[in-house]
Amino acid sequence: MKITIERAALLKALNHVQSVVERRNTIPILSNVLLQAEGGKLSLSATDLDIEIVEELAADVIEEGGTTAPAHTLYDIVRKLPEGSQVQIAFGGDDPRLSLRAGRSEFALSCLPREDFPLLAAGDLPHQFSIAASALNRLIDKAKFAISTEETRYYLNGIYLHVTDGSNGGRMLRSVATDGHRLARVEFPAPAGSEGMPGVIVPRKTVLEISRLLESVEGEVEVAVSDAKIRFAVNGAVLTSKLIDGTFPEYSRVIPEGNDKVLSVNAKEFAQAVDRVSTISTEKSRAVKLNLGQDRLNLTVTNPESGNATEELLVDYSAEPIEIGFNARYLLDITSQLDSEVARFLLADSGAPTIVSDASDENALYVLMPMRV
Amino acid sequence: MTVDGTTSPGGLLCRQCLTLEPLSNTRRCTSCGSPRLIAHAELRTLTMAHVDCDAFYASVEKRDNPELADKPVIVGGSGKRGVVSTACYIARTYGVHSAQPMFKALQKCPDAVVLRPTMSKYSAVGKEIRERMRALTPMVEPLSIDEAFLDLSGTERLHGRTAAETIAAFAAEIERDLGLTVSVGLSYCKFLAKIASDLDKPRGFSVIGKAEATDFLAKQSVSIIYGVGKAFQKTLAQGGITTIGQIQKMDETVLAKKYGVMGLRLSRLAHGDDTRVVNPRSPMKSISNELTFRDDISSFDKLEKLLWQMCEKVSKRAKASHLAGETITLKLKTASFKTISRSRTLGSPTHMANRIFEHSADMLKKECNGTPYRLLGVGLANLCDADFADPPDLIDIDGTRRSQAERAMDKLRAKFGDDAIVKGRSSLN
Repeated sequence: MKITIERAALLKALNHVQSVVERRNTIPILSNVLLQAEGGKLSLSATDLDIEIVEELAADVIEEGGTTAPAHTLYDIVRKLPEGSQVQIAFGGDDPRLSLRAGRSEFALSCLPREDFPLLAAGDLPHQFSIAASALNRLIDKAKFAISTEETRYYLNGIYLHVTDGSNGGRMLRSVATDGHRLARVEFPAPAGSEGMPGVIVPRKTVLEISRLLESVEGEVEVAVSDAKIRFAVNGAVLTSKLIDGTFPEYSRVIPEGNDKVLSVNAKEFAQAVDRVSTISTEKSRAVKLNLGQDRLNLTVTNPESGNATEELLVDYSAEPIEIGFNARYLLDITSQLDSEVARFLLADSGAPTIVSDASDENALYVLMPMRV
Repeated sequence: MTVDGTTSPGGLLCRQCLTLEPLSNTRRCTSCGSPRLIAHAELRTLTMAHVDCDAFYASVEKRDNPELADKPVIVGGSGKRGVVSTACYIARTYGVHSAQPMFKALQKCPDAVVLRPTMSKYSAVGKEIRERMRALTPMVEPLSIDEAFLDLSGTERLHGRTAAETIAAFAAEIERDLGLTVSVGLSYCKFLAKIASDLDKPRGFSVIGKAEATDFLAKQSVSIIYGVGKAFQKTLAQGGITTIGQIQKMDETVLAKKYGVMGLRLSRLAHGDDTRVVNPRSPMKSISNELTFRDDISSFDKLEKLLWQMCEKVSKRAKASHLAGETITLKLKTASFKTISRSRTLGSPTHMANRIFEHSADMLKKECNGTPYRLLGVGLANLCDADFADPPDLIDIDGTRRSQAERAMDKLRAKFGDDAIVKGRSSLN
C-alpha cells in the first residue's frame, strides 16, 4: 500500500473513527484502525465490537493494499502535523511497519495484519429510509441529555427510536430518552420507508458518535434498521451499531395529560435566574424551589451550610398559587434544549410530573419529576 | 510567655503528681519521687495531642474480669477464619498481633484466653472516654472507637495549666476512673502527635518538638507517613527511597513530578510540615458492612442471601444517621486474598435496602464465575443528606412503590421493634 493524502481530510476521518476505539482494550487489534487503499480511495474502519464505523475518502493511491495501525497514535500524529501538509502512507516491502511521512517528519508504526481485523456482520437490514441530516440531528440532540447511565436499567441507556402516531396527528418518527428523573420526547414526520420499522433502542455511545458525524453536515442520511442493528450512512461514512436488547418502558403513561396550571416564562431569563440562585446550592442537592403566584415566579435555593438565594421573575401565570421543587441541573438541561423565547410549563401539583415545552415547537416535549423541598 | 509565668518553653512534668518544674536533669520528681517524668524543651508550647487506648478491647475485658489480669488475652473471632482484633500486652510478648489469623496466634500462644468481641461494651467505654475528652476541648477528632486527636491550643487559660499538664491529667484520670491505660503523643501537628503516641506504648507519653522533628523523621521509614501503604512503599523503594531522610534531601518539584500530589505531601511531611487542623465534625465518608465467611463461598445464590442481610444493615445505619449515598460499593476477597472492589454511582442518592441490594447484587452477579470468595462487603459512599434520597421515579413505578413499602416497614420497626416485620428474603435461611 502506498498513498498520498491531504492532512485535513485524513484528520477529519480519523477523528470520526478513533472515537469509536476504546482507550483500553484487552484485544490488541481493537485499538487499531483498518486502512485499505483501493481504486483511488482510502477507507478507514474502526470497531469496538458493538459499533463499527467505515469512512471512505479520496486519496492518491499509488499502490493498493492495507493494514491496521494504532488508531489513537495515528490520530495524534496527523493532528500534530502542520496544516496543509501532504501525508504519505506506505506499507509493505521489507519493513513490517507502517510508514508515515509528511514534510520532514517520518514515523514508523507497528501494525497488525488486516486479515485479523474483526468485521461486524450487519446481516439483513430490512427497513430503510432517508432523513435530512438536520432533522436526525435534532431528534438525537434534543433527547440525548436524558439518557440514563444507570447500568441496572440498561434499557434506558439509549434513545428509543420508533414510528408512532404523533401528538398532533400524522405518523411521526420519535426519539425518547429518560433516566427516571426527566424524559425527552422529540418527533419528526415519519420519512417514507420508516413505517413498519421496529422500535429500537440506540445505545448512548452510538448516539454520541452519530452526533459527531452529523456535525455541520447538510444533505441526507441513509438509515437502515433491523431488530438487532442500525446503520447510518452519511457523507462517505457508514456507522453500524448493535442495538440495546431490551424493552423500552411504556413511556406514554409517564406523560401527564391533565396538567392545567400553565406557566409561560422567557426561557433565557428563567435559565439565567436558575443558574444564579443555584450557585448557593450544594453539589448533591441542587434543589431550587419555584413559588408561583399571579404573574410572578419566585426562585429560591436554601442551603443550610452556606445561606440562601432568591430571585423574582415576571411571568405569565394565572392559575392558583403553587410551590414546587426541581433539580436545578435538570431544569437547565431542559431549558438549554429550547430554541424559542418562551418556555411553557404545565403543572399539576408539587408532587406530580411537570411538562416543559417550547411554546412555538410542538414537536419536542420534556417531562420533569419534582423534588421534595 | 507561658501560662504559669515562666518565660522558658521547656519543662519537666511528673505524670504521677502532675508537678511542672523548669527543665533540669533530675531523674525523679522532686515532689513525689516518681521516675515518670517528661522532660522536653518545648513542653509548655506544644498543644496537639493524640490519645490512643492501650490494647483497648483486651484491656476492657481484663478490667471487667480481674482473673484475666495475668493471662494472655486475645479478643477476636474464634472460628477457623477468625482474626485477632486486639491482643493484650502479655499475648503480644508471644508474637501475637492484631489482624493476625487466630490459628497462627494460637500457635504462638497456645495458653491464650480467646474472647469474642462485645462491641456494645467497648463502644460504651469509648463514648465515655470521648465525653471526657470533649470536656477538655471541643476540638476533638475521633479516629476510631479508642483514639482521637485533641487540639488543646487556647485551653491554657481555661484550665489554668499547659496543654501537657491537661493531657497528662486526663491520662491519669482515665486510669484512675476507668481502669484503662492510654498512650499520649504530644507535638505541634497531627502527623507527629500520632507518631509520638506510638513510641512509648503502653501507658506512654512522648513528646516531639519542632526543634528535633526533622532529625527525628530523618531516621524513620517512609511507611510511618499516612497514605504510604504497601503499594506506594514499593513504588518508593523502586526509586531507592526507604527513609524519610532521603525525601528530606530531595527537591519538592522532583517529588511532585515523580509522584504527583502524593510527592508534594511526602515532601511537606518529611520536613514535619503538616497543616491539617483538628476537625471535630469529621463527617462520615461511607457506611459499609462486610463479613468473612467460615468457609469460602462461590455460589451466587448463597452470596446473594448474605448480601441482602448486609444491605439491610447498611440501610439501617444510613437511615439512623439521616444519610444517603450516591455510590454503591461492593467488595469481595477471593480465597487467594485478592481484593475485588466494584462501585456504581446512581443518578440519585439512596438509603433504601432495596436499591442498595438491586445494584450490589447486579455487580455481584458479574463476579460470580465459580471463584470462591472468603469475604463479601457492601457499602454506601458519596454521602449526602437523606432529604435528597430516593426521589420518585418516572419509569420505575415498582421501585418507587418498593421504596414506599420500605418506608412503611421502617415505621413499623420503629414502633414495634426490628423483628416486627421482615422480608421473606431475610427470614429464609
